[in-house]
Amino acid sequence: MNDTKILMGHGSGGMMTHELIEGLFLRYFDNLWLRQQSDSVLLKLSGRNLAFTTDSFVVDPVFFPGGNIGKLAVAGTVNDLSVSGAVPRYLSVGFVLEEGLLLEHLEIIVKSMAQEAAKAGIFIVTGDTKVVEKGKCDKIFINTSGVGEVKEEYFAISSGEKIQPGDKIIINGGIAEHGMAIMAARNDLNISTEILSDCASLNGLIKEILKVSGNVRFMRDPTRGGLATVLSELVQKKPFGIRIDEKKLTVEDAVRGICEMLGFDPLYVANEGKVVIVVPASDAASVVEAMKKHPLGRKTAVIGEVTAEHPGKAWLETSVGGKRMIEMLSGQQLPRIC
Amino acid sequence: MKYIDEYRDRDTVQALAQEIRKISTLRVKLMEVCGGHTMSIQKFGLPALLPETVELISGPGCPVCVTSRSYIDKAVAFSRQKDVIITTYGDLIRVPGSESSLEKEHAAGAQIRVVYSVMDALQIAREHPAKKVVFLGIGFETTAPGSAVAILQAYKEKLSNFFLFSAHKVMPPAMAALIDKGVKINGYIGPGHVSTITGKGIYEDIPKRFGLGVVISGFEPVDLMQSILMLVRQIETGHPRVEIQYKRVVKPEGNVKAQKMLEEVFEPRDDWWRGLGVLKKSGLKIREKYAAFDAEVNISSEGMVALREPKGCICGEVLKGLKKPEDCRLFAKACTPRDPVGSCMVSSEGACQAYFLYNRS
Amino acid sequence: MCLSIPAKIEKIEGETAICSIGGSTYQANLLMLQVEELCPGDYVLIHTGFAIQKLDREEAEASLKAFAEFKNLNEQMDREERIKNQRLI
Repeated sequence: MNDTKILMGHGSGGMMTHELIEGLFLRYFDNLWLRQQSDSVLLKLSGRNLAFTTDSFVVDPVFFPGGNIGKLAVAGTVNDLSVSGAVPRYLSVGFVLEEGLLLEHLEIIVKSMAQEAAKAGIFIVTGDTKVVEKGKCDKIFINTSGVGEVKEEYFAISSGEKIQPGDKIIINGGIAEHGMAIMAARNDLNISTEILSDCASLNGLIKEILKVSGNVRFMRDPTRGGLATVLSELVQKKPFGIRIDEKKLTVEDAVRGICEMLGFDPLYVANEGKVVIVVPASDAASVVEAMKKHPLGRKTAVIGEVTAEHPGKAWLETSVGGKRMIEMLSGQQLPRIC
Repeated sequence: MKYIDEYRDRDTVQALAQEIRKISTLRVKLMEVCGGHTMSIQKFGLPALLPETVELISGPGCPVCVTSRSYIDKAVAFSRQKDVIITTYGDLIRVPGSESSLEKEHAAGAQIRVVYSVMDALQIAREHPAKKVVFLGIGFETTAPGSAVAILQAYKEKLSNFFLFSAHKVMPPAMAALIDKGVKINGYIGPGHVSTITGKGIYEDIPKRFGLGVVISGFEPVDLMQSILMLVRQIETGHPRVEIQYKRVVKPEGNVKAQKMLEEVFEPRDDWWRGLGVLKKSGLKIREKYAAFDAEVNISSEGMVALREPKGCICGEVLKGLKKPEDCRLFAKACTPRDPVGSCMVSSEGACQAYFLYNRS
Repeated sequence: MCLSIPAKIEKIEGETAICSIGGSTYQANLLMLQVEELCPGDYVLIHTGFAIQKLDREEAEASLKAFAEFKNLNEQMDREERIKNQRLI
């Protein structure tokens, strides 16, 4: 790492973030659990298997089409737990508020959080509030931590260590909606759109998946850095490769329009209501069927598969039949997306 | 999406690819000189569809890539003035200068804003009368008219705090220089959006002087494949000429109003291109009449550092199509999109970045 | 940066037009074109905030028709080749 200062790219979720984690945080905080480096850490505490996660939300703007920072905070943390195979139970919430923030706005945010928590069936059980002077934080920053219970047989899901060639890759719907909704909501662009953030708690959907298949190999929510980041991270240094069929990927027209206009690749744009799942081929059909029955899975599709060819690399077959590689994002595409 | 999806039709692309395979007998190298084409070719994975006889080479079509390091050094110097706001296209933020970059200056407290359009920069100038707003004008004939519009507007409104730092360049001298310097290609995939503004006349010299065809191409996979087919046909029949594939947008005469605006605001000057050196009359300088809006005349570049080019970087050779990104010993090792050494790796239109993201195997 | 896409003019307001692409709208500057020659329903190419040219619908339709014919001819020849088991060209 050559940088002497923190740059915006360090918060992108891509290569620079990775370098910061490996180059600084892991050097000092190193332990077995941290090295799991998954969305949630899996711990044993007094004989029980727990999943524990933390996340901070600095999204700008605070209110966006489809949600706000509060809803995002609850859903995001619920999802981090759920994709590890855990049943989310309890959340903590820490607020850092900027002097001058309208109480009316704070109430809207808090109400959203309560609603999202109720929808997800989890409880916010502890919290903290700090206020800083005007200009020292941008309206509101939220930190959450979440705890849930996870069955031992799901331990391999976060790492994907059981993934094998032949496994199928599934996603529950269209990509790039959250990132583009945020982009459109930023006042500095003359764009207006009907795109809504796909921000949603996925624990209900994931419960249905785990009911139908006991062999889920891997799950992750493609947030910062998008689907491409999840896939390219997944194959890094592994003995298998990934093949994705671009024709099977859903990108809604409105989303595609803005991506084309502003030069964003939907594969790298954040999602907040999507989960990528890897399952054995034999389970794929039943998993897709179960997902489609759920409101958050209506546009579920098998988008690709794990292959023994080109290990360590993820390839995309383009919509016109060409071929290109899926690489990890290096700098930042969009700052302060979540 | 209308007028986009139809030109991404898989069957049409496959049919065109088949036709190219049928008629191509000679080994040919076709060069695209437009960053948008580089991106599209890589993004849709088109090289995989072409026969072995047809090779695509990226040329100096990426405005960020051909811009000199000292331009960044000067922009950095401007940004260090307390009353200056730098406005720029996103691509320029991470390009390394001799010592720093705009990204690093931002982290150090400089006021740098990414804009999508030069008109946004103009608006920022209106909203901050006490600040000097400098717009970093890179790009070829597609983008330069926008800068001209902004200056004409600023002139009309008598704004005193809007400035353009022009690195605008024009394409034809570069296309001729490449051949003069011995780059071996058999035809040009002509820049689609440059030509939308200029029309086809500016390329007539290329078949005349060098016997090479130019097919002005659109950006969708069908456009590119059809243009490649047209070029291969020209070569197989020995009939090089300028053709427009992108007929739905490019008129033979181009956009005359935009051309007039360019004429009004800019005049040609010699300019330095990475990989090509100084090319006569290849850059655009703001005319005397509009000198009040010229950043180079009005903003101090005190503290600008001395130029230092990085060792081992062969961006110049890559831009000429003489080397491929993977031929560079820094590629994917010391030079990655994360830690770029050369501008070809920073820019989203740079051959090195396109290669790194879409093609490494 | 060379990015440009065709957008449909929904409304013209002086020197700018509200243009739509796939359900999203963008306000584009029309100063590079002859505004009198534009009307809602026309498609324009937008580049860095400016409409830089009007799309020629007739040319577009003609080229799409040509592609469709080309595809059909190609498929036909493929079928014939398969039947006759020999290359035609």
